Amino acid sequence: MLEGKAALVTGASRGIGKAIAIELAKQGANVVVNYAGSKDKAEAVVDEIKQLGRDAFAVQANVSNSDEVKDIIKQTVDHFGSLDILVNNAGITRDNLLMRMKEEEFDEVIDTNLKGVFNCLKGVTRQMMKQRSGKIVNVASIVGVTGNPGQANYVAAKSGVIGMTKSVAKELAARNVNVNAVAPGFIATDMTDELSDEAKQQMYDLIPLDRLGDPEDVAKVVRFLASDDANYMTGQTIHVDGGMVM
Amino acid sequence: MADVFDRVKNIIVERLDVDESKVTESASFKDDLEADSLDVVELVMELEDEFDMEISDEEAEKINTVGDAVNYINSIQ
Repeated sequence: MLEGKAALVTGASRGIGKAIAIELAKQGANVVVNYAGSKDKAEAVVDEIKQLGRDAFAVQANVSNSDEVKDIIKQTVDHFGSLDILVNNAGITRDNLLMRMKEEEFDEVIDTNLKGVFNCLKGVTRQMMKQRSGKIVNVASIVGVTGNPGQANYVAAKSGVIGMTKSVAKELAARNVNVNAVAPGFIATDMTDELSDEAKQQMYDLIPLDRLGDPEDVAKVVRFLASDDANYMTGQTIHVDGGMVM
Repeated sequence: MADVFDRVKNIIVERLDVDESKVTESASFKDDLEADSLDVVELVMELEDEFDMEISDEEAEKINTVGDAVNYINSIQ
């Protein structure tokens, strides 16, 4: 499905990003595993991909830093000769009620989750325009559609990603570059483990399919959007949330 | 001078699919050569490759005519 394609997945050392990196590799892609801090975990993902018979390497970079982003993109193109798939997955949370949210908490989340996506989009545009092909998938969140108390910063960023997906999709459509987003719902990861039991139960009650999502549930939709099967889709945000938001 | 102009002209003719006679020093990419803004971005990318140079976003924004591009390239080389 993705035989020989070169993919860059940001924030791929764990959680949804890890599942995406492995899923793309299972379908034949070679993968650059970007990570911010978890070097050992990123190397473990690389090993797992190599065991699948694909090429992979890990690169440390903070996506909020445009120079570091330029560097990982250059490394990807230098190594693989192309960059066919970009998955913007890197994200952080700094949850707090608006009344208590510090300016730094707002800025940190916007810098990584929104500006980070901008940096990566901008960074790959040249390569993909030259190739006249490319698939970009942004990992947003269902709360970017619905809002969520305690996450004004995160929701602002994710909602921003959904809007940016549409703008960039329109800009790059004529160059045969597809830009879509997925909006995961309640997925079992380290990030959601931090939520209180009460908050989890509340969300659980809202999921028609009556279970938490797995990272693989999201990864499979990303793999579809990254493939030629999705050639006639661009600017879309696909909810992967067990039916929470319809 | 002429050499740079000819190389720039060739790229423009090929990329924008316009008649050679239209590509004069004073021709504006957007008004005379019917390029949209994305076409201009791509054109700048090709010029960077052709002349093995990097044109910053700030400089690229000032390139409106064929002459602007030629002069910029000459000023660097």
